[in-house]
Amino acid sequence: MKESLMDIICCPMDKHDLDLEIDSQDDEEVLEGTLVCSECGERYPIEDGIPNLLPPDMRD
Amino acid sequence: MSDESEATGETSETDVTEETSERGRTKNEVNETNETNEMNETNDTSSADGLAERRGMNIEVYQPAEDSGLLAQAAVEYPVSGTVLEVGTGSGWVAQQVSENTDARVLGSDINPHAARQARERGVEAARANLTAPFRDGVLDAVLFNPPYLPTDPDNEWDDWMEHALSGGESGRELIDPFLDDVGRVLTPDGVVLLLVSSLTGYEAVVERAESNGFGVETVVQESYPFETLTVIALTK
Repeated sequence: MKESLMDIICCPMDKHDLDLEIDSQDDEEVLEGTLVCSECGERYPIEDGIPNLLPPDMRD
Repeated sequence: MSDESEATGETSETDVTEETSERGRTKNEVNETNETNEMNETNDTSSADGLAERRGMNIEVYQPAEDSGLLAQAAVEYPVSGTVLEVGTGSGWVAQQVSENTDARVLGSDINPHAARQARERGVEAARANLTAPFRDGVLDAVLFNPPYLPTDPDNEWDDWMEHALSGGESGRELIDPFLDDVGRVLTPDGVVLLLVSSLTGYEAVVERAESNGFGVETVVQESYPFETLTVIALTK
């Protein structure tokens, strides 16, 4: 996930801003990390470079 | 349209369409194939599953067909630009075509984790998302959607990832309607939605839902196949 995606995405539930916590990255992308809603605190994982922006009840 | 102009239309098709037309199928036909697979699975699954997995899990991710070709063609010819999202990107093929043939930055989202992974392997910026839910207000210059549109009898649903890619519920519009209700929020003021609509889904009902959400509706491209007509419509505010 490119960091510039932060300008486009928001919390899918309340549409507030997300904060990015980076666990690992390369020159271009965040590979592992978490997106955290600044309002409701819900956490959305980034795995293998793919952010999972599904609300908790829609994840596997 | 006269026979002559139809013939001209076919010969002037872009490479984007020709590549998929060899496959000669739409969601309708994928659906039949899937049912056939299911019957075979009751006999012997192990080798078929293994093969499908080695081939990139084709049974779990919708692969490009006629409808994908038509949507890619419409997006390239329109042309879309700026920041573009393909909702329900599946294998990522449409997003990749649009990225390679326009100057747009193209993102692909899908609810299916296997699809998001395949799209990323194609070089598409991928995310798992439900329709346009995790996108900010007014940030997308174009949104593309080839929705799951087959009307499906609830008793006949088979509940796997391919069903998510094909089935539009009983009406065929179970995902199209909520999509149309939210997509206006994420578009820029001059933004456009390119939506693929099958005659199986009820063209008029889709257009009415779009208009009730304040969109103007135009036809971009239309093709007829043996059991359905596919149209890409452009929605603008």
